[in-house]
Amino acid sequence: MLNQIRRSRALQLAGLLSPGVLWLVLFFNIPLLIVLFISFVERGRAGGIRLPPVFTLGNYADFFDPLYLGIFLHSLQIGGVVTLICILLGYPLAYFIAARPPRWRDGLLLLVMIPFWTNFLVRTYALKQIMGADGLINNALLGLGLIHAPLDLLYNEFAVIVGLVYGYLPFAILPMYASVEKFNYSLLEAAADLGANPARAFWRVMLPMTLPGVVAAIVLTLVPVVGAFITPDIMGGGKVEMIGTLINRQFGVARDWPFGSAISLVLMALVLVGVILYFRSGGEERRAL
Amino acid sequence: MSAYAVELRNVSKRFPGPSGEIVAAVKNVTLQIRDGEFFSLLGPSGCGKTTSLRMIAGFELPTDGEIFIHGKPMGQIPAFQRPVNTVFQQYALFPHLTIGENVAFGLDMKHTAKPEIGRRVTEALEMVRLPNMEKRHPKQLSGGQQQRIALARALVNRPEVLLLDEPLGALDLKLRKDMQLELKTLQREVGITFIYVTHDQEEALTMSDRIAVMSQGVALQVGPPNEIYEQPQSKFVANFIGETNFLEGTLAAPADGHAQVTIADGLTIATALPADPAPTLGQKVTVVIRPEKLHLRGRAEDVNRLPGTVEDVVYIGTDTHYGVRLPSGQKLRVREQNTDPASRPLAQTGEAVTISFLPQAARVLVE
Repeated sequence: MLNQIRRSRALQLAGLLSPGVLWLVLFFNIPLLIVLFISFVERGRAGGIRLPPVFTLGNYADFFDPLYLGIFLHSLQIGGVVTLICILLGYPLAYFIAARPPRWRDGLLLLVMIPFWTNFLVRTYALKQIMGADGLINNALLGLGLIHAPLDLLYNEFAVIVGLVYGYLPFAILPMYASVEKFNYSLLEAAADLGANPARAFWRVMLPMTLPGVVAAIVLTLVPVVGAFITPDIMGGGKVEMIGTLINRQFGVARDWPFGSAISLVLMALVLVGVILYFRSGGEERRAL
Repeated sequence: MSAYAVELRNVSKRFPGPSGEIVAAVKNVTLQIRDGEFFSLLGPSGCGKTTSLRMIAGFELPTDGEIFIHGKPMGQIPAFQRPVNTVFQQYALFPHLTIGENVAFGLDMKHTAKPEIGRRVTEALEMVRLPNMEKRHPKQLSGGQQQRIALARALVNRPEVLLLDEPLGALDLKLRKDMQLELKTLQREVGITFIYVTHDQEEALTMSDRIAVMSQGVALQVGPPNEIYEQPQSKFVANFIGETNFLEGTLAAPADGHAQVTIADGLTIATALPADPAPTLGQKVTVVIRPEKLHLRGRAEDVNRLPGTVEDVVYIGTDTHYGVRLPSGQKLRVREQNTDPASRPLAQTGEAVTISFLPQAARVLVE
């Protein structure tokens, strides 16, 4: 009897889980295995892979070519700058929203998210329009007489950084908001009572206690930004090469699938290592909170 | 150096209310708190006691008036520069720091030398009888223990004044009683002025050297516990502190050195002479008598005698409470100690009795 119930429970569970598992296996695990496979074989003459497949480690060796390694490091650098800007802009915003009366908060969060209901490409092109030689910013500055010739705002690293910050700021705001909103402000009073000026109260009490949100924001911003390819492509006009655009090129004009696959997997491995380190370091402290 | 640890001079605090109106939380309060005393701000929620405390701490600034700490005007001085420390109702321990780091926080902010911090933290933890807790986290402690840590965290800084905002409010009754005595003892030992906010009249009576009873932003009466209890100057204070009986009447000509008050049914009772402002003859007054000052069996020495019928008898161990209906319809509470070994009640329900009391037991209030 009991065994029967157990068996039927197991069946139910299997029934509920299998669509999801099937979906993940079919469209996530198998493609990933294919990518893994491709990364270890030689490229075909006209794209794709060479048939019959020839095993090689060359695709990974290519990645350590100073040219590509440079692109990778540069991507990390851009990712770092963008993430830093997102945190510095996002934390005060998250704090501001969390400090409003509850009836205001949902509306303000909505304002943060509304741009995301517009297509990403459309938004990026809109930003490009604003920053263009004949765009809003240049025309406004010319009109005010502050400059005499349009500034080159587009097709450089600055434009890419602006575009990426614009694109990923909400991903930084939301997790930090979740942390800040839970923060008990009477702890700041307690810190002040014990002689901490506002800056020290922030560093010693508020920041450490909202750190999980900040770290989540860093992960959620840094990872996609390092691998971004649409924004550097559009805002950089092909002049700013990032790891994402490099991968994109391998599957497009360069027709080097194996190399593209190898870069993707290296990127994935590095992200994985980063996330593991994050959970290792932060795990204990978060349990204590 | 002023004789007062803390002085509030005509302090008012007004807040913008939820719908834009101005709410006066504290109205023109003047208080003088002596150095080294255990002073309580007592009143129901919303009476302004916590706001007053927060103004002393510097979390709020007065709208009008001035606060002095040891004679120094506090003006716009922010909380982190004031020579006071606070024990909060919800403890407000820093959850991301250990107990040791929590207690060391204030000394750390003052850049005290590391070895001295260590020594004083150990001392403070011993003082609250929680030694060797440095490495633990606040979450691992019970509510009572957390409250003691909060106390240690404040006292370790040797503040000029310690502010306590209903610190025992979250504890259960038994623990609260223990902590009351412990706090009182601790205060005598360290000799620091304690300002204690509470809504619990028993707590205030038990612990305080002096009490300020507050209501609707006003400090109604300030005095030692027995004075507050025995000589309330208003119906509110009489009613808020302990159980009490009110008899409405009009003032008649004094006789035999006692005031005379005519109450319902033409009965006259003799009372203590009213203090200032002296009421005039024929003025409406309220007579206040505590239940334990009334006697069910007319005692020979009691001048005042009121006939009545016992309506209810409640035995509570040490005492028995009687509800006695007067001919006027008003009910008086009478409390008799159970000195009889078998604690037999002095009267049964329905029995006719004569309530008696001394003139000194009755106070006349003019309102």
